Amino acid sequence: MSEARDATVIRVEGLSKTFAGGFEALRAVDLEIRRGEIFALLGPNGAGKTTLISVICGLVNPSQGRVLVDGHDSVQEFREARARIGLVPQELTNDAFIKVWDTVSFSRGLFGKPPDPAHIERVLRSLSLWEKRHNRMITLSGGMKRRVLIAKALAHEPEILFLDEPTAGVDVALRRDMWEVVRQLRDAGVTIILTTHYIEEAEEMADRIGVIRSGELLLVEGKHALMQQLGRKELTLHLREPLATVPERLARHALSLAEEGHALVYTYDAESGEEDGTGIAELLADLEAAGIAVKDLHTRQSSLEEIFVNLVKEEA
Amino acid sequence: MNLESVKTLYRAEMARSLRTVLQSIVSPVLSTSLYFVVFGAAIGTRISEVDGVSYGAFIVPGLIMLMLLTQSVSNASFGIFFPRFSGTIYEVLSAPMSYWEVVVGYVGAAASKSLILGIIVLVTARLFVPYSIEHPLMMALFLVLTAVTFSLLGFIIGIWADGFEKLQLVPLLVITPLTFLGGTFYSIDMLPPFWQAVTLANPVVYLVSGFRWSFYGISDVSPLVSLAMILLFLAAALAVVAWIFRTGYRLKP
Ligand SMILES: Nc1ncnc2c1ncn2[C@@H]1O[C@H](COP(=O)(O)OP(=O)(O)O)[C@@H](O)[C@H]1O
Ligand SMILES: [Mg+2]
Repeated sequence: MSEARDATVIRVEGLSKTFAGGFEALRAVDLEIRRGEIFALLGPNGAGKTTLISVICGLVNPSQGRVLVDGHDSVQEFREARARIGLVPQELTNDAFIKVWDTVSFSRGLFGKPPDPAHIERVLRSLSLWEKRHNRMITLSGGMKRRVLIAKALAHEPEILFLDEPTAGVDVALRRDMWEVVRQLRDAGVTIILTTHYIEEAEEMADRIGVIRSGELLLVEGKHALMQQLGRKELTLHLREPLATVPERLARHALSLAEEGHALVYTYDAESGEEDGTGIAELLADLEAAGIAVKDLHTRQSSLEEIFVNLVKEEA
Repeated sequence: MNLESVKTLYRAEMARSLRTVLQSIVSPVLSTSLYFVVFGAAIGTRISEVDGVSYGAFIVPGLIMLMLLTQSVSNASFGIFFPRFSGTIYEVLSAPMSYWEVVVGYVGAAASKSLILGIIVLVTARLFVPYSIEHPLMMALFLVLTAVTFSLLGFIIGIWADGFEKLQLVPLLVITPLTFLGGTFYSIDMLPPFWQAVTLANPVVYLVSGFRWSFYGISDVSPLVSLAMILLFLAAALAVVAWIFRTGYRLKP
């Protein structure tokens, strides 16, 4: 029991949120975040990602259900819960005239921690902000502002960091920078929950991925398990002679014709167990028996993007 | 009580107004000095005495109240409206602070600022007119209670306002007229009986009257009634703030 509690750093139980206008932004969400992981919350715009984060961080009141942060109820024991969390919001909100050093120090104090210039310096250096510490926010670029918001979120040494769309509207180079920053934080032991609507980002960064749509958490999986379970593999067989239809004796295989009969496409589960295999051997044997000559073949595994699109489509 | 958090919020708010020291201090002091010049020196020479006090000295408490009320409301309303408007409020709301700690930080800073201004104006007034303070402790009490109460009112306005117009509407349409009509520049016995009765519905009358009593021992209404009234406003303001927090009104959907 205590072991299980240690491994789970955030537990979301039956969380629902209905906004004042009656809009249901979250529907009975259950979620566990494991200590030390990078968790990506993936979903289209308006799916409820920000709302979910906001409830966990105390910015939005839950309508139903609860959130435990390290075992502390986010409403009843908000001090204990919030002290463990750092939040980097989606919008680049800041006070234009405040200086970097001051705003980061302010964040630390606001979370009740006594001043610690050495820690602030470490944070600023790790985010390449040290040279900018005397700059006012208004003089910084968008990427730098985002870094300052991260520094502010890290100023009180949180165990858990929420990054709401950290790379939205950020160019490719900055995005890679940001990923590097996130990895370093994870290596330093911080649990990271990031939201994104870029599949690429989830694929690149996350240990586990939760897919959310219309306030419902559709699934939560390890990235590799997700790719394996939902990742269909395709075997394309280029034929010497075109076919008009899939021959009768090949009907037991999941085949379709492509390239105007010049190719057969065979789809199979990448993950299918060893005992029944992928079915490729049987298919090839049947092809041979049917006298169909194969010129060339190649396989392809679907990307997370295709998985995601399929998932959101299927459920809709 | 999470003292470190409250201290941080309070200091940041004070520092913010230091960044705009000209607006925060110079302009209210300048405008109050102008009142002294116009009302005290120019008009005052034509009005000999009010209730045995020279007119210049008579308006000192009222002018300080005027400044205290308007500054408390504008400091506090801006103090909470600005982070709501810019979005930086997320940080305060996600900090391990109770709502009341947030109020102490914001309202405490706003009240401190207007108190400092009040004292500066009090000292400035001395350059124009000699005055005495008969009940300095009561004066300090009125000063503090008024600053806190009207900073709370400003806090409420700053949460209620959803744009800059509304933020300025209440001070412009409510606070300023009430103060001008609240006996700042006259004793209410100078009014015809009908207007005297109407004036008693103006809460500012009680503040100015009580405050003036602490200076010269003269008042339009009993100082105890004044004190009771200001405590009543304070309680009302606290009740509204408590309601805001319970419902999350405009802060937490
Ligand atoms: N305060 C609010 N009041 C009413 N509806 C809201 C509020 N905040 C968000 N929503 C709605 O909830 C849905 C989810 O929003 P959000 O969590 O921001 O989505 P995401 O971050 O996944 O893009 C959206 O349709 C949005 O319009
Ligand atoms: Mg969002």
